[in-house]
Amino acid sequence: MAEPRKDEAVDATPNTTAVETVGPVDEGAAVAAIEAPVDRGEPILQVRNLVKHFPLTLGILFKRQVGAVKAVDGISFDLYQGETLGIVGESGCGKSTVAKLLMMLETATSGEIFYKGQDITKLSGRALKAVRRNIQMVFQDPYTSLNPRMTVGDIIGEPYEIHPEVAPRGDRRKKVQELLEVVGLNPEYIHRYPHQFSGGQRQRIGIARGLALNPEIIICDEPVSALDVSVQAQVVNLMERLQDEFNLSYVFIAHDLSIVRHISDRVGVMYLGKMAEIGSDTQIYDHPTHPYTQALLSAVPVPDPEAREGRERIILTGDVPSPANPPSGCRFRTRCWKAEDKCATEVPLLAVPERFRGVDTPAAHESACHFAEEKDVVHAG
Amino acid sequence: MITIDKAPVPAPRDAGSAGGPLLEVRDLHVEFATRDGVAKAVNGVNYTVSAGETLAVLGESGSGKSVTAQAIMGILDMPPGRIPKGEILFHGQDMLKMGAEERRQIRGRKIAMIFQDALSSLNPVLSVGYQLGEMFRVHLGLSKKEAKARSIELMDRVKIPAAAARVNDYPHQFSGGMRQRIMIAMALALEPDLIIADEPTTALDVTVQAQVMDLLAELQREYNMGLILITHDLGVVADVADKIAVMYAGRIVETAPVHELYKRPAHPYTRGLLDSIPRLDQKGQELYAIKGLPPNLLRIPTGCAFNPRCPKAQDVCRTDVPPLLQVTEQDGTELPGRGSACHFWKETLHG
Repeated sequence: MAEPRKDEAVDATPNTTAVETVGPVDEGAAVAAIEAPVDRGEPILQVRNLVKHFPLTLGILFKRQVGAVKAVDGISFDLYQGETLGIVGESGCGKSTVAKLLMMLETATSGEIFYKGQDITKLSGRALKAVRRNIQMVFQDPYTSLNPRMTVGDIIGEPYEIHPEVAPRGDRRKKVQELLEVVGLNPEYIHRYPHQFSGGQRQRIGIARGLALNPEIIICDEPVSALDVSVQAQVVNLMERLQDEFNLSYVFIAHDLSIVRHISDRVGVMYLGKMAEIGSDTQIYDHPTHPYTQALLSAVPVPDPEAREGRERIILTGDVPSPANPPSGCRFRTRCWKAEDKCATEVPLLAVPERFRGVDTPAAHESACHFAEEKDVVHAG
Repeated sequence: MITIDKAPVPAPRDAGSAGGPLLEVRDLHVEFATRDGVAKAVNGVNYTVSAGETLAVLGESGSGKSVTAQAIMGILDMPPGRIPKGEILFHGQDMLKMGAEERRQIRGRKIAMIFQDALSSLNPVLSVGYQLGEMFRVHLGLSKKEAKARSIELMDRVKIPAAAARVNDYPHQFSGGMRQRIMIAMALALEPDLIIADEPTTALDVTVQAQVMDLLAELQREYNMGLILITHDLGVVADVADKIAVMYAGRIVETAPVHELYKRPAHPYTRGLLDSIPRLDQKGQELYAIKGLPPNLLRIPTGCAFNPRCPKAQDVCRTDVPPLLQVTEQDGTELPGRGSACHFWKETLHG
């Protein structure tokens, strides 16, 4: 916070399309807009300049704000119907806060989240409830996200208590059993408790709960990182199958870059509350232009001793700076080997780098770096 | 500020300087008495580590990889744990037959361990300098002042910036990567012959993981230590190990030098694991998934423990436990250091 930031302004992102807002309407019209279907490939969720600052206070009785943890500091992206958007980044970069904001579990400090043209941060009442039904979440830890005192049937059926219109009371048991079958569990397990299942099976229960209300979007926050390698593959395959079957859109948040590449159509890389680079999986993994993405990719151990010998590794020094006091200008400059004076004063915008603009190359995707340059770090060179 | 290095391959080191392996585990069995019966966590594990060598023990949770390490270290909870059978030879001497005081002399001084979760392994109410200095005070009988000076030296060695200023800080004041460096410093304090690292980087981010693994490899080379690296991450193993032992349900199912294992696995479980991880450098179609779940250690399947999940399982797999067999080329030449506990290793390797 040393220098005033030159732009708190909008990132000029061609990645994001113009939002067709449905002006101020009455509740009934809002609900109707939310219930309306969206064509495949059309934007279903549009995030604009989303900011979440957690205040840091001093004093007990008379709290005064002495600063803020800038967990998410102005990010914009689109999620298209039927696609998977992967979000990667190190711990503390704000990716889980983004998930909570999308779920309306946290209120955004500023910014908008448009779901089918409706800004959900301003909705309330019936319209908000309809949105909540359509955006569901799968949590990271299958051990703590299921209530140990409830049976599997009650856990998966609980969403129907809040949204009874989805399944009338008499149908619920049948619905829950169908869901268990869909996620590959025995429908007779409906009376069992979570502790009777293994980690992978519990994650399936979590997924079944997420599917209960026929949502359109599922936010997955590190859904497989707590699982064993051989079980991870089962759950990832299940999620891909369900996406096709139920026509879902996923926001897939993870720190494991290999899994994100496998499941995602597009990938966004976050660093200290900002989006560093976003593009299709080939653009990000095979043609990264942001130095942070390059360092991140090169640090991933590849399970192939032959490949490691030809690979270039970029080892970053130091740790991620505190989000309470991020560096001025480009947030990555303190660990970047390309940093120059310009990086300390000017915040790089998330946009297609000038040198690649208008050129038909996979490197032409948005990257928030003054000195964006293509470098293949994944393949042995 | 940054290092860009091409091919940081740790060169294969000499296998043992003073003849004979540093550590030899022979037919080790460990079981735990539980309310529901006896859980057989380790069922006949054999491996050796020489000075300067890195052995990676790879396995899923419940495969017995950590329990084996705890038995070597002598920190197994007994009871409920029990070692009914086996030998752990360190410099040729069986540690299981030693008295408590003798083992205490080895623990920390000759064999040290790095734990996974640095935050819960460090005492939150003591400064890191005090905890590092404890090694010198207890084992070497140094004074408080000398111990602190040595602690600062150690923190410098593991590249903690401003070591002298941070020696009195508490664990919560360090980041995850720095805490793991302190764990490494603690293990290195008395320059042990062997270090056991139990998932040392699992809790860390990839960029920090690369830093820590590099540091560990560098220090190992400098001191010519033996290293047992316990992990579930096939990627980390490929980066640092010399040889690999794959564990499943308390047994070693395959051993191989690192290059061989990835190129030509000789056990269906290893093959399944390799096929089930997504790759960073290629986008595949559907992932191969090993069906089913890891076995319950109270009821390990008869015959080969992997048979209920194995695509190649035959009748013989359900009745006979396959021993760890020497693996050979098609023409019968022995592949050094390779073994597979599969009745059909020939088909898996050559088929």
